[in-house]
Amino acid sequence: MKSSKKEFIAEAEELLEESQRLVLEIQDTLATGLNPDTINALFRSMHTLKGVSGLFGLQGITNLSHALETLMDDVRLGKIEINRSVISFLFKNIDILKNLVDEIGGGSETDSGPYIKDIQAFRESLKSAGGDATAGGMIDEAIMKVLSEYEEHRLKANMKEGKGIYLAKAVFSLDVFDKALEELTKKIKTKGEVISTLPTSSNVPDGSIGFNLMFGSRTPPEELKADIPYEIEALVKSKTEVQAAPPLPPAQKQDTHLKSTTTTVRVDIEKLDRILNTVGELALAKGAVKRIGTELVDQYGHTSLVYDVHKITQTLERRLAELQDQVLEIRMVPIGQIFSRLAQVIRRYSRDVDKHIDLVIYGEETELDKYIAEEIIDPLMHLVRNSIDHGIEPAEERKRKGKKEEGTVIIKAYQKGNHVVVELRDDGAGINVEKVRKKALEKGLIDKDTELDAGKIMDIIFTPGFSTKDVVSEVSGRGVGMDVVREKLSAFGGFVEVETAKDVGTTFMLTLPITLAIIKALIVRVGHERFSVPLTSMSETLIIDHRDIQTIEWKEVYYLRGEMLPLVRISSFLGIDSDTAGRSFAVVVGYGERRVGLLVDELFGQHEIVIKSLGEYFKRLRGFAGAAEIGKHEVILVLDIEALIDESMVRQKGGTHV
Amino acid sequence: MKTILIVEDSATTRALIRAVIDELGEVETVEASSGFEALKMLPQQEYDLIITDINMPDINGLELISFIRNNPRYNHLPIIIVSTERSEEDKKRGMALGATAYVTKPFKSLELQEIIKKTIGL
Repeated sequence: MKSSKKEFIAEAEELLEESQRLVLEIQDTLATGLNPDTINALFRSMHTLKGVSGLFGLQGITNLSHALETLMDDVRLGKIEINRSVISFLFKNIDILKNLVDEIGGGSETDSGPYIKDIQAFRESLKSAGGDATAGGMIDEAIMKVLSEYEEHRLKANMKEGKGIYLAKAVFSLDVFDKALEELTKKIKTKGEVISTLPTSSNVPDGSIGFNLMFGSRTPPEELKADIPYEIEALVKSKTEVQAAPPLPPAQKQDTHLKSTTTTVRVDIEKLDRILNTVGELALAKGAVKRIGTELVDQYGHTSLVYDVHKITQTLERRLAELQDQVLEIRMVPIGQIFSRLAQVIRRYSRDVDKHIDLVIYGEETELDKYIAEEIIDPLMHLVRNSIDHGIEPAEERKRKGKKEEGTVIIKAYQKGNHVVVELRDDGAGINVEKVRKKALEKGLIDKDTELDAGKIMDIIFTPGFSTKDVVSEVSGRGVGMDVVREKLSAFGGFVEVETAKDVGTTFMLTLPITLAIIKALIVRVGHERFSVPLTSMSETLIIDHRDIQTIEWKEVYYLRGEMLPLVRISSFLGIDSDTAGRSFAVVVGYGERRVGLLVDELFGQHEIVIKSLGEYFKRLRGFAGAAEIGKHEVILVLDIEALIDESMVRQKGGTHV
Repeated sequence: MKTILIVEDSATTRALIRAVIDELGEVETVEASSGFEALKMLPQQEYDLIITDINMPDINGLELISFIRNNPRYNHLPIIIVSTERSEEDKKRGMALGATAYVTKPFKSLELQEIIKKTIGL
């Protein structure tokens, strides 16, 4: 494929991603108040797509984007009112455009004719005669004359909403006006909507330029005058000069988007992987140099040459740490990227199953490693579909329960220490504890008398092989169980927790490391073997006198600050001999209900490790997350903490292991 | 040598217009990628013609035309609107504000060349 065409594909894909994001934003703000800037931005991206595809003679894409541009033009001019069906229609057609872009270079091209007819018919069916309020007479003819059709529509829409119309007059120096104007515009946008920006040279000194910004706002004029340090003239009085207009953060968001397109570089994540790998190898080499330094001291004492080696090692260490941080930072992406894809699935899927879902997203700006972001899409998708399938009740049932007919799914991301937490909350029926119990009894996972608290429920639904359509683990047509969710997360040191209450809803909490690749690990010894435990999964270490270990229901436990801590002897888990001393070290891993102490013989301190996969051959080996090289070409195994915790839980439940 | 200022936010369209003008020979082109940029470039040198789009992100073409027509230093400048058929109404408004001519995108190069020649007297 010619490279110019490749560039076109990249640009088209970017435009369509952006369009999709905009439609989502429109969907999210449908109830709370649409931001005209968003609608205009969508119009513009269709307009741009039409322009570039036309240059490449891609008739199908040109015609289709043209038809959508026309539709969006009617929307932005208020000739078509936006509603759910318009939103679905836009989503559908953006998907079609995406497919057309995918087809480029593939030889075959789908005929876009039927789609275009479809859009035209849809547009005709929606067009309402409903006109705007007239603005004539109320506003100076000289101002009206320079408004574009779109601006005039926005002016009328603002008046229709009863907003006051104002003119802010500012004069700036000609060489810096764009920055100053941008700031003023931003300021006004917190108060309302900027309708037009008219440059003027009358009554303006040489080397300067004047601007008359027309804007609509509900903020009282006195307040506007206090907050905006420029001359403000009221053109039309507000009908409700009472409550302040809600701020419009989306407008600012758009600014940042504009910026990012001009300063960012697209890089294949594989290239970053390679850099990170190299950095990892360097870290190992650095470790070796450091060790040589220590050996030199032992052999030759503190000579100046030894001192030099020591100094250079330190510099190396610092610079390497910087490099590491920088590379890891490059790999960070805002989680919003995957949220928007997720939102798309939710929209499509909820339509398929005919449930109205109100999707609320928080913390899209939270950043995490691109690799992790990609890896959690499937688990998240799985949980979301579960929520829609089994969590959110049909509208009828919700009404009966006195709930809002529309179900709510809240996805929230935030940073917590070295982790990113993604919460997925629905206001559905909650996990049916009775069904879980019945199924678990059938499978022999619990006894008749076992109490089912949140922790137990979670252990059961995340047990491999536990799946029932009626409960929460099987998703229509996917055949993936909840255990896969847990497995995927634990592959990079993440874990999942669940909270559920009958008729209130269910919340899944995914805790993920922010970055991966190079992690700090604790090196431990059991018998003659050394293992490493990722620091991210542990909370503390203890020395335990064996006389303090108690046995409850055939299980070893230790009372840590009054709370029971189940213990797992790594030696018996792996079938290796351990020391016969009267005391052990316990490495406390996991959280809450899933907290256990791993008994080991000795702790060696921290090490930076690069976890390498064990490869296909050892894939079935349970208990190890991978292998890592530590100095002197020694390779040690990294313990799979989640698997160990699982193991201890199963033993608890079954009670078969003594 | 005549100088034409092209105001257009799409780089590809700018390149296209420039190519069309280059064929005329004897004409130099200067480009502004936004209305703001055009406002900055206006005082920097003398122009013989302004070619502007209407739909642009910062200030639109109509506002630019109004600015030019109301400024005694520039109000003699001929202005050609090059815009999509989408903005039919806007083109009318542009003409009312004092634009000299308009050309609809996508345009034929001959058509644009003819209008430019007529406007600046080549």
